[in-house]
Amino acid sequence: MTALLFLILFPLAVSFLALVPPHSLAFRKAVGACVNVTLCAVPIYLLITNLERGAAYFHVESKLIDVGMLFAELFIAVFIVYVSVRAKRYIPVLLVVVQTAIMVTFEFTSGHGMQVEHSLFVDKFSIIMALIIGIIGSAICLYAIGYMPEYHEHYEEVKDRRRYFAFLLYLFLSAMFGIVFSNNLMWIYFFWEVTTVCSFLLIGYRDDKASRESAFRALNMNLLGGVVFSVGLFTLYSTSGIMELDKLLLADKGSILLPAVCFAFAGLVKSAQFPFCSWLTGAMVAPTPVSALLHSSTMVKAGVYLILRVAPVMENTVAAQMLTLVGGVSFLVTALIAISQSNAKKVLAYSTISNLGLIVACAGVNTDAAVWSAILLIIFHAVAKSLLFLCVGIIEYKLGSRDIEDMDYLILRLPKLTAIMMVGMAGMFLAPFGMIISKFVTLKAFVESTPVMAIILAYGSAATIFFWTKWMGKIISIKHGVAEVMEHRVSNWEWITLGMLAVVTVAVSLGFPFISFHVINPYLTELFGTIPVVDSFNVLMVSVIMLGLLIILPLGLLYYAFIDKNYKRVGTYLGGGNIDNTTFEGAMASVRTIELKNYYLENYFGEERLINVGVFVSLTLTFIMFGVAVI
Amino acid sequence: MNVISEAYQSWSIAERMLLFMLIAPLLGGALAGIDRVASARLQGRCGPPVLQPFFDVFKLLRKERIIVNKVQDFPIVLFLLFTIFSGALFFAGADLLLTIFSLALAGTFLILGAFSVSSPFSHLGAEREIIQMVAYEPMVILVAVGMYQVTGSFNVGAIASYQAPLILYLPGVFAGFVYILTIKFRKSPFDLSMSHHAHQEIVRGITTEFSGPALALIEIAHWYENVLLLGMVYLFFAFTPWLGLGVALATFFLEIFIDMNYARFKWQLTFLSSWLFTAVAGVSNIIVLSLMK
Repeated sequence: MTALLFLILFPLAVSFLALVPPHSLAFRKAVGACVNVTLCAVPIYLLITNLERGAAYFHVESKLIDVGMLFAELFIAVFIVYVSVRAKRYIPVLLVVVQTAIMVTFEFTSGHGMQVEHSLFVDKFSIIMALIIGIIGSAICLYAIGYMPEYHEHYEEVKDRRRYFAFLLYLFLSAMFGIVFSNNLMWIYFFWEVTTVCSFLLIGYRDDKASRESAFRALNMNLLGGVVFSVGLFTLYSTSGIMELDKLLLADKGSILLPAVCFAFAGLVKSAQFPFCSWLTGAMVAPTPVSALLHSSTMVKAGVYLILRVAPVMENTVAAQMLTLVGGVSFLVTALIAISQSNAKKVLAYSTISNLGLIVACAGVNTDAAVWSAILLIIFHAVAKSLLFLCVGIIEYKLGSRDIEDMDYLILRLPKLTAIMMVGMAGMFLAPFGMIISKFVTLKAFVESTPVMAIILAYGSAATIFFWTKWMGKIISIKHGVAEVMEHRVSNWEWITLGMLAVVTVAVSLGFPFISFHVINPYLTELFGTIPVVDSFNVLMVSVIMLGLLIILPLGLLYYAFIDKNYKRVGTYLGGGNIDNTTFEGAMASVRTIELKNYYLENYFGEERLINVGVFVSLTLTFIMFGVAVI
Repeated sequence: MNVISEAYQSWSIAERMLLFMLIAPLLGGALAGIDRVASARLQGRCGPPVLQPFFDVFKLLRKERIIVNKVQDFPIVLFLLFTIFSGALFFAGADLLLTIFSLALAGTFLILGAFSVSSPFSHLGAEREIIQMVAYEPMVILVAVGMYQVTGSFNVGAIASYQAPLILYLPGVFAGFVYILTIKFRKSPFDLSMSHHAHQEIVRGITTEFSGPALALIEIAHWYENVLLLGMVYLFFAFTPWLGLGVALATFFLEIFIDMNYARFKWQLTFLSSWLFTAVAGVSNIIVLSLMK
């Protein structure tokens, strides 16, 4: 239990430390590195000590803590009201008032009699989440320390509030640990609201019109999720008297369907599923570490975490089917939209929503195989996507643009970075990497339960191939002649985090049988009593491909770049007399320049068109989900 | 036939893989030769000898390597390796999905190779190749899904030895697969990214900057791929092996016939028609199957 409390309280302490005024950058880096090591080490320690054990529950004397949390919640509410009124936005005020009214009533009507036996718990799934938060989260915080000075060099008009930024990041980490270790639903709710506020403030960091707009949109939607969450808590307690996550699974499923649906709804909002996906794409105005940390690897995962936790309650109901379909619609539609986007961060955002949609769909299906692949998807996605975000963050400053169309010849200008990016992208969709293994099992799970989802997966995967491959193609195109190498301008500090995440991406792909066997399978045995049978020959083959690529790729590149001399090198064929690599002499002695652009197929996959379709379909599905729960 | 299937059963996975690696290029090359003769006859020409594709490849292999950048041949080598690997997996009786994913990986390498040379023509070819890939991929996955629904396994061996003809359950899926097979075989009207026909284009899309040995590798990979695809056609009829072989061959000639009779489509039509046909034939079949259960 000490480890759990430590993981929640330690980042909290660090966050306040970050607020302390003086100190040089070197000092902050040293502290950041120490924190990073600690936050990586403790979840690993937790994993090792709990490897042989099942879930463990802990009692915490919580009266004082509950009062403290109530006050903190009130403080947050007042703060949001203050900020919103100052910005002349009244929707958040309304939502906060409703939410606070519900919670205060709840507290006064039933707060006294409430007996919470176990407030904290830890099981394999929490440990996986803790590892993600600890390792990836703290790596991103570390990266942020090096990144923010550069950010402020680029945007001189933005007020330098670095300390406040660091404060929010570490506070957020603390809240995330809180979510995954809390068994007390009131606590989860509290930490949930803290992440909402952190996200709101971090999106609005730049404090210009666009970021304020996005920040308030995120706030509105997440507060709506919070309101529904609190309604869920209220109805749950009034119908069954339960306030603990583990008891939820033991209770009579029919009577607590409505609260479960409420929690799932809150999860959908947090994971930016349709119809709420617009807050996540808006959130891309935030500095890159924020996008990497909150909006791809951790906070949005809290949504699917909660959904996966409550999904067993909804098992075999129409509500679960609706949940599956909402996930499916989000998966397919956002994958299609991503084809039409050329803004790198937006592509990443849409792909995030898409992957989360797949996880939600798996949670809705809720068989052992589906949950197995959901958890693996969480892991693989968190690692590879955060890596990609960090790469894009660096590219953005080196090239002065985050548009994919400006990334021509990136492999010549930033070779090592491009290599790392290729690892990240391959991790997202190509065969030997983990993502494909989970898709594999997902497909199996879908065919057995909801064949419609298998069809959605077939089309969605094709769309996924489209936008990743053309982006990959863009960055590896090579031209003859000199290109300005700007790699030396990437600081060592950033290399360390990138290297770390790249190694982790490859490591989890290689080590997934281990993760599956020691961590996920025990969790599934507790939950379902069975574990999915993954064909060992397939696992072997996938590992063979993975190892093969790891060996062949460097050797092959080495051979072709340095050893192989037996060739004649010419210019590319441009359709006329080449002048240099990108210009040629055409007909009538005209000089023409070539430009290579990708296809975006706006007419087919335009954002506005598809978003509307997705919103309408998913709204209907959500209403049905609530409808069947209320009846 | 029984002799062959008994012999096949007695081999280990490694032996099956090895055998595929040796036989497939011979078979694929011969098919390519027959293709050229048949096409020529349909056009009222005499056509080259059946062994012409082999002569072509041997000649290409001996030619000087002319390249525009140092690493462009590497993705092509990987393309060939992974095409062979997926074919080997299939004919060893391993997992159908793994075969499909590995084939997609191979295709990705070809596309990346074409992108890396950054010639406008191969760039366009690569873009079109991606569109083609997106067009056929759903149907290919649905083939696996449909077979799983019927047989309860993704294992090629298990599917092949299923105790009923798959085609009776999967006529729609089969039709859809034959439709996208035209894309995979690089036949007109869907030969957007590169074509076998010299009269259709001056610069050959995706392979513009690949010549000599690299081009030979692409050709060999194509042979392997064709054999694999015909193997998938066979799988629908594996219950009666002779019929299966006959249909696979008939499909091959049908593709040649289609190739001769169509002008090239635009990518819009290629893409939309493939997705729609997949939806009409494949998806409806899958849904009917799921309702039957």
